[in-house]
Amino acid sequence: MTSAEFPNLVPAMPELFIACVAMVLLVLGVFQKEGAGKTIAFLSTITLALAMLILVAFSQGTVTTFNGLFIADQYSAFAKFLILLGSLLTLVMSQSYLKRVDSNKFEYSILILLSTLGMMMMVSANDLLSLYVGLELQSLSLYILAAFRRDDLKSSEAGVKYFVLGALASGMLLYGSSMIYGFTGTTNFDALAQQFQNADGHVSVGLVVGIVFMLAGLAFKISAVPFHMWTPDVYEGAPTPVTAYFAVAPKIAAVALLMRVMIGPFGELVSQWQQIIVFISIGSMLLGAFAAIAQTNIKRMMAYSSIGHIGFALIGIAVGNQAGVQAVLVYLAIYLFMNVGTFACILCMTRNGESVENISDLAGLGKSNPAMAAVLAIFMFSMAGIPPLAGFFGKLYVFLAAIEAGMFTLAIIGVLASVVGAFYYIRIIKVMYFDESTEAFDAPIGKDMVAILAGTGFVILMFFAYPAPILDSAGAAAASLFAG
Amino acid sequence: MFEIGLSHYLTVAAILFTLGIFGIFLNKKNVIVIMMSVELILLAVNINFVAFSSYLGDLVGQIFAMFILTVAAAEAAIGLAILVVFFRNRGSVAVEDINTMKG
Repeated sequence: MTSAEFPNLVPAMPELFIACVAMVLLVLGVFQKEGAGKTIAFLSTITLALAMLILVAFSQGTVTTFNGLFIADQYSAFAKFLILLGSLLTLVMSQSYLKRVDSNKFEYSILILLSTLGMMMMVSANDLLSLYVGLELQSLSLYILAAFRRDDLKSSEAGVKYFVLGALASGMLLYGSSMIYGFTGTTNFDALAQQFQNADGHVSVGLVVGIVFMLAGLAFKISAVPFHMWTPDVYEGAPTPVTAYFAVAPKIAAVALLMRVMIGPFGELVSQWQQIIVFISIGSMLLGAFAAIAQTNIKRMMAYSSIGHIGFALIGIAVGNQAGVQAVLVYLAIYLFMNVGTFACILCMTRNGESVENISDLAGLGKSNPAMAAVLAIFMFSMAGIPPLAGFFGKLYVFLAAIEAGMFTLAIIGVLASVVGAFYYIRIIKVMYFDESTEAFDAPIGKDMVAILAGTGFVILMFFAYPAPILDSAGAAAASLFAG
Repeated sequence: MFEIGLSHYLTVAAILFTLGIFGIFLNKKNVIVIMMSVELILLAVNINFVAFSSYLGDLVGQIFAMFILTVAAAEAAIGLAILVVFFRNRGSVAVEDINTMKG
């Protein structure tokens, strides 16, 4: 037994910063009487931006701290950067909506901060214990956010559904953790990887049961088929900025966590889990493509779209090598910009101060607001995977990784699913430009929205010209995951 | 002499876990019962952890169980709070009344 040493805090600097600021802001919000929501939201935005700076300034190769519970490497830095960016953009986007529905309570920003903290803990977890605590910090904050409009029936129903299924998922993940602990005697990822290296691919049935339960729990969190049933309801019911948040940051964090767990400790057991990932990947791609066709509500359609995107990302995990991980990270980065942009457009869909959510409400947007229609068209083409937009390259890298690894079936099904998926993305463009006009949306949409739409649209449009920053950092991140 | 070993604890935990899962899916009446099922699942996991911990002579499992207990308390509090909000809007906590959105 070693005596308790003071842990090295430097690798966890961004997390510590967010944790401290969130608690200070909580106290500050309670003592402010009027307009606390706006002030705290402003301070939270600055906090997230500063956390990104700290993350970049303090990143220093691969370091573990807190007795091996916490790991900071380039892989976690890349994922954290995406998470922080997603949280930051969605927090900025939320402001006009919250003001409109008059629920600009300061707790909203605090919950965003705390869930971001949970996600950062998740991607830096190096032990089943820290994985669980990070995941729960994230989930508990998200349950409240889903039910944030407490006078709204749909929102509270989304909260109940998300809570029940999320708690079930945590339970399955935990049961899996307990089996893994029991059959290996350790919860540390490095120690687990060490054991499997010596085991030569021979593992006990109990351990495989544990891995399967753990995968099921994580599949719930990334909403992969067959654990996707909560997604459409929660996306539709939750307040729109919260839906935007759900579609971006938690998905990125959960996929990054899934990769860390599967490649890190269980990397030697690829043959045991590869089949499962292939199965849920194909299921998610097909369901995402076919179920979205029948939707009339755009938030519900985006839920199925995100299920489909997760299916594509899972192809890279199923490949299980460095090229696959790099492809997934690039995919996640592009996915972030596409989704933030699309949800910014959805947030701008208001008539007389009321949000409208039907796809048919977009009719005539090409005439009434050509700029917004053009940007939304860019995002839809990108999601459908039309070159030269960024979404095409996201899919290309994933399919390339699959083909290089000889997984042709997966790649072919992926291409077919993306062709079917293109139908409902392009239908939105058809509605905007060729359908009989309805009443125009409220204008102007606000400077913050214009900035976000222009920024994300620019990234999606120009990715092909200068992809190096995203590709290189994703490559370095993938390399650091395999070095350990 | 009959002795209670690791496998007995694991069996009890597995039965409790299964009961919890079935409690969530087969229950047609009340969301409160679902909350109780969730607690049952977490307690089953705790039994697993403590049993393994004692069997392996390793403390990590018991520490893990402590963390689960703490988080379970927070989770129950949040779940009940959301349920209260839902009840105010809907006037019911029956499972069949959670049906505004379908598809």
